[in-house]
Amino acid sequence: MATRLEAPAEEPLSSIREKIAVRGVVRRYPARSRRAEPVTALDALDLALAEREVLAVVGPSGCGKSTLLELIAGLQDPDAGSVAAGGQTAARERRRACAYMPQRDLLLPWRDALANAALALECEGVPRAEARRRAVPLFERFGLARFERARPSELSGGMRQRVAFLRTLLAGRPVLLLDEPFGALDAITRTQMQEWLGSALADEPRTVVVVTHDVQEALLLGDRVAVLSPRPGRVVMELEVGFPRPRHRRELVGDPAFAALEARALEALGC
Amino acid sequence: MLKRRHILSAVLVAAIVGVWQVVASLPGVDHLTLASPAETWRALTNDAGLLFSNAGTTLVEVALGLAIAVALGAAAAVGMHLFRPLRDAAYPLLIGSQAIPVVVVAPLFVLAFDYGIGPKLAIVALICFFPVTVNLIDGLRSVEPELLKLMRSLGASRVATLWKVELPAALPYLFSGLRIASTVSVIGAVFGEWAGADRGLGRLVLLGINQLQTPRVYAGVVILMGMALLLFIAVSLAQRLAAPWSLEEAQA
Repeated sequence: MATRLEAPAEEPLSSIREKIAVRGVVRRYPARSRRAEPVTALDALDLALAEREVLAVVGPSGCGKSTLLELIAGLQDPDAGSVAAGGQTAARERRRACAYMPQRDLLLPWRDALANAALALECEGVPRAEARRRAVPLFERFGLARFERARPSELSGGMRQRVAFLRTLLAGRPVLLLDEPFGALDAITRTQMQEWLGSALADEPRTVVVVTHDVQEALLLGDRVAVLSPRPGRVVMELEVGFPRPRHRRELVGDPAFAALEARALEALGC
Repeated sequence: MLKRRHILSAVLVAAIVGVWQVVASLPGVDHLTLASPAETWRALTNDAGLLFSNAGTTLVEVALGLAIAVALGAAAAVGMHLFRPLRDAAYPLLIGSQAIPVVVVAPLFVLAFDYGIGPKLAIVALICFFPVTVNLIDGLRSVEPELLKLMRSLGASRVATLWKVELPAALPYLFSGLRIASTVSVIGAVFGEWAGADRGLGRLVLLGINQLQTPRVYAGVVILMGMALLLFIAVSLAQRLAAPWSLEEAQA
């Protein structure tokens, strides 16, 4: 079971400490109509991540969390400031450094689970059969064995999200950008998936930005938590989460230090 | 596997045939304009050889015409999808093509392409091109922007996105277009044969009218209806084979 994925180890720019650097980023959207005002989604936002660090970004809805991820992912460019991933600032290079997992699983209904995960490899030019073959060991490692041939419509929400995450992993990029990965799941499945993701990241370490609107989820997953303000989004507080990863909710919820972190984050959010 | 809807359909058809028989047997009804179901059935069985050999000709015209429409429609839809200026320029023309009165152009096609199968294929393809192309274009554009974003972040080329995401997503739309096309294609073939042909069900029906063989005309129309229904079923079966997921979603 020692099938490692390729990309992260062999990094040309491994000397760079800052895997992701967001400096003074401003992002405005033009007005939708003549009467409407242009919207400033992010304003003078700064963030930096070291290699293999997990940063959880938490903020109220509409604070530009998704915009932030798309900026890092190279799917958008900032109006001011700079964004670098893996030391590269060009959008094209950022796209090569990052694997982006959107809010919804977006699995293709005409592909089985294995082919959906293998899509990431096919986009890199790997032939279909070879891509499937290379995805199989991951299904075994991440609790999806025997579901290879299942259609997305036959999978539960949590299972679909696992397949979407494996697709993200198979892209073979050093940086993972997860946009509210469990936002659509029920509370119980969600807790299970948080534990699953925690252990998956322990197994396959990556530099990760995970966006969420759930403070507990942020504290369970992140080495650090960045709290964003309402629109226009900027970082109002950064919290170091000292607990070793992977973490387990049932062990932490009773811990006074954990509760104190949660209280500080909630206060920063104005709750 | 006889389902409720099949039984209901059969009952409705039987009721219509019953009413038809009653109306046809009323005194004062001219048998040259209305043949009764019994007379139609007699024509169907007595002239079976003649009717079905001509129906074969028409079916070939319809099938080949449809195939041409799908090939040209797919090329046009993909071209218009990939090149926005082409879509902007050609879309009005596409709509205009649907307004071409087939009755008028059919004789012109016969003049241009001669008496053979050519003009029939051209007319069937002309009629079927519109529903096929418009539905395919809609299907190619139906892919969510989020999914296109994902493909871009995965480093997919334009061709890879088209091949792996947009075309499969457009497949159910193509079948919707084909269902419409399958029924109108039969009408197209008949028009083509009316304009000039030496074989085919359309020509046989036209001759029947001229020779006052009314039951044979009705028999021909019944076969044409059956042909359209058969094509419709064939398209649905093809969808079940090629795009089963699109039917699952409809049920859920």
